[in-house]
Amino acid sequence: MDIPYTVTARPDTGLFNGKLGIWLFLASEVMLFGALFSSYVLLRVGAETWPRGETILNVWMAFLNTVVLISSSVTMVLAWAALKTNQFQKSRWLLISTFLLATVFLVVKYFEYTEKFSHGLLPSTNTFLAIYFTLTGLHGLHVVGGMIVMAYLFGPGAKMFRIAPERFTNRVEITGLYWHFVDLVWIFLFPVLYLL
Amino acid sequence: MEHATAVHPPVAHHVEHAPELGFWWKYVFSTDHKVIGIQYAITGLLFLLFGFTLMAIMRWQLAYPGQPVPVIGAWLGAGNASGGVILPEFYNQLGAMHGTIMVFMGVVPLAVGGFGNFVMPLQIGAPDMAFPRINMASYWAYFVGGVVMLASFFVPGGAANSGWTSYVPLAVTATTGQTWWLLGMVFLITSSLLGSLNFIVTIFQLRAPGLTFMRLPIFVWMQLVTAYLLLLAFPPLEAAAILQLMDRVAGTSFFLPSGLVVSGQVVQISGGGNPLLWQHLFWFLAHPEVYVLILPGMGIVAEVLANNIRKPLWGYKPIVYSVVFLGFMSFVVWAHHMFLTGMGTTMSAFFQTTTMIISIPSVIILTSLFLSLWGASIRFTTPMLFALAFLPMFGIGGLTGLPLGLAPTDIHLHDTYYVIGHFHYVVAPGTLFALFAGIYYWFPKATGRYMNDLLGKIHFWGSFVAINIVFFPMFIQGLAGMNRRLYDGGIQYAHAQETAKLHVPMGYATFALWFFQLFFIVNFFWSIKKGRQAPQNAWDATTLEWSAPSPPPHGNFPEPPVVYRDPYEYSVPGHPADFTPQFQSDKKA
Repeated sequence: MDIPYTVTARPDTGLFNGKLGIWLFLASEVMLFGALFSSYVLLRVGAETWPRGETILNVWMAFLNTVVLISSSVTMVLAWAALKTNQFQKSRWLLISTFLLATVFLVVKYFEYTEKFSHGLLPSTNTFLAIYFTLTGLHGLHVVGGMIVMAYLFGPGAKMFRIAPERFTNRVEITGLYWHFVDLVWIFLFPVLYLL
Repeated sequence: MEHATAVHPPVAHHVEHAPELGFWWKYVFSTDHKVIGIQYAITGLLFLLFGFTLMAIMRWQLAYPGQPVPVIGAWLGAGNASGGVILPEFYNQLGAMHGTIMVFMGVVPLAVGGFGNFVMPLQIGAPDMAFPRINMASYWAYFVGGVVMLASFFVPGGAANSGWTSYVPLAVTATTGQTWWLLGMVFLITSSLLGSLNFIVTIFQLRAPGLTFMRLPIFVWMQLVTAYLLLLAFPPLEAAAILQLMDRVAGTSFFLPSGLVVSGQVVQISGGGNPLLWQHLFWFLAHPEVYVLILPGMGIVAEVLANNIRKPLWGYKPIVYSVVFLGFMSFVVWAHHMFLTGMGTTMSAFFQTTTMIISIPSVIILTSLFLSLWGASIRFTTPMLFALAFLPMFGIGGLTGLPLGLAPTDIHLHDTYYVIGHFHYVVAPGTLFALFAGIYYWFPKATGRYMNDLLGKIHFWGSFVAINIVFFPMFIQGLAGMNRRLYDGGIQYAHAQETAKLHVPMGYATFALWFFQLFFIVNFFWSIKKGRQAPQNAWDATTLEWSAPSPPPHGNFPEPPVVYRDPYEYSVPGHPADFTPQFQSDKKA
């Protein structure tokens, strides 16, 4: 038994199954982060005082992380483009680069977190820090999720390229769509938490 | 473009079929949508029975407050019921878990996970769901969520006891069971996310050739809208659950206001949180969830009705447009649950307007189904009895909702038994009857055998009478002002003295209702092996699932079906049979 349209697009929708699936998943993710951003707005407008992000958080570290994450989105899309032109090895290295950039992001985040903890700044300290840790923590989990998928794609999952190259290319594309979303969330988080 | 089946190389075909699957892979860790559907359905039915039993214990306590529960009282544990008498704390656990289990682990998994999984791919002529392994993951996430919820009864302080709505700050300061509740919910939300995106992709991508959207059976439309609601409404509850989990575990104050006093003590927290935020996030999910509970039931009723009136449904297009409109509107009515929170008259005016607007599509759907009966020569089969009963029962449930959707009347009725009566009429003799109709209707497809008709009719008439005796008095009690969630049934209040007596017949009816479910349980298991054998098209129906063998093999259709016509072509003039299936080409007819 075969499921139709796992690889090729259905003519009337113009999509293969996985692509429609990931877009629906991202729609659901928009609602998740949307609810959290809305909660942020509601809590902030209701607060008597609200600290400016830059007085507590390290803007330069976050700026570095923004650059890192945007670069990782570029390497991600290049990995897909390389597969489209049948350059498997190049694509694999680009995927590994994306993975390493994601690691850099998490390491920087680790230093940011430990610096806060060492100054006794915890989620329970105030509502600003509570929402900061919740939002960046959830975003960090999304980064880890993306890294696991990437590790699978350049690791054990890579052998699929030899049997079903088109299907493998689709997998990289879907991972890329997810990764751009993770990037996009950070692009919202950075100004909202650090600059406003 | 090539035909759907011609796209794939035959090599993969052999790989798929080569090994005969062992028991574990065939029935437990299966990726077949029909097996997963049956797993969902049976797990859901067991949870329904368990949730109902919790309610039966509560009904005893309401009818005879302070008297030991007979038979099972001794097994409830001294911490819960000393000497068999229900303690108030335990009553609260029962109430919270009854709601949670019935909504999130009973009705939705049965209606969406069970019927949606089993029937929908068959009705659109698909070999399986678009993502079979995600489908399996969805079931197992649900299963783990269910286990976490059940296990929470055994942690110190027992299960969650802050109501199924888990209002804050009460829920944040509650016992450990609440943390387990939140973790369980995260699993259940994950499950529904995986399931719903799978449903949408399947309906868009795997429809058989010729099956355009306006030829989809109503049931598929209902599942499609339901899947969108689950996909987009559940994430805000996940966000809310994460925030409440942070409040409980990491000591944050998202939902805790400054200067919160618990048991006479000022709580040491940073404060600055907003208790109303929880209610907004919760009801943003939970109002669409109401439609998640009802739409699959309506879909089943539409299928069973069309099959047994032997003529096309009246108003196919109005029903479809109504349900799509209803899906959109259900996202902007949530704060009608919050008229009493002091959110302001402007907000109340907005939400009561949207609430009145959303009642219009529901009425259109119900009216279309009623009008379909006009002039029909009705076959009174067991599924049809349940489907027919759905119409007035849902009608009562829906109409009694209108006074709750208007702020002035809601102020009197809020949190009384009237509300309980209202939504139980929608979900119990409404949705649950529709689900029973679905079980009796599709049982021959799943097993190749009919369920016993006599036992089915006893089950129907017994349940129908008993369930109305349980729920109708709630309107009277509620109008008299009796509040919900009182563990002694309200006898301590003067205004509840008269109507509190009604708890006694309601209690008897609850046990009668429990008793009549035994007819269903016996029938269910007996019919699997001994039921009357059913032909492939067991009810002379028109939709695609009846073109597959019963039970359908892995992959469903021996030949990929092609659709030639609308879903409900019954009694077409000039045709020899009184039904013309969708899969029958004009040449053959």
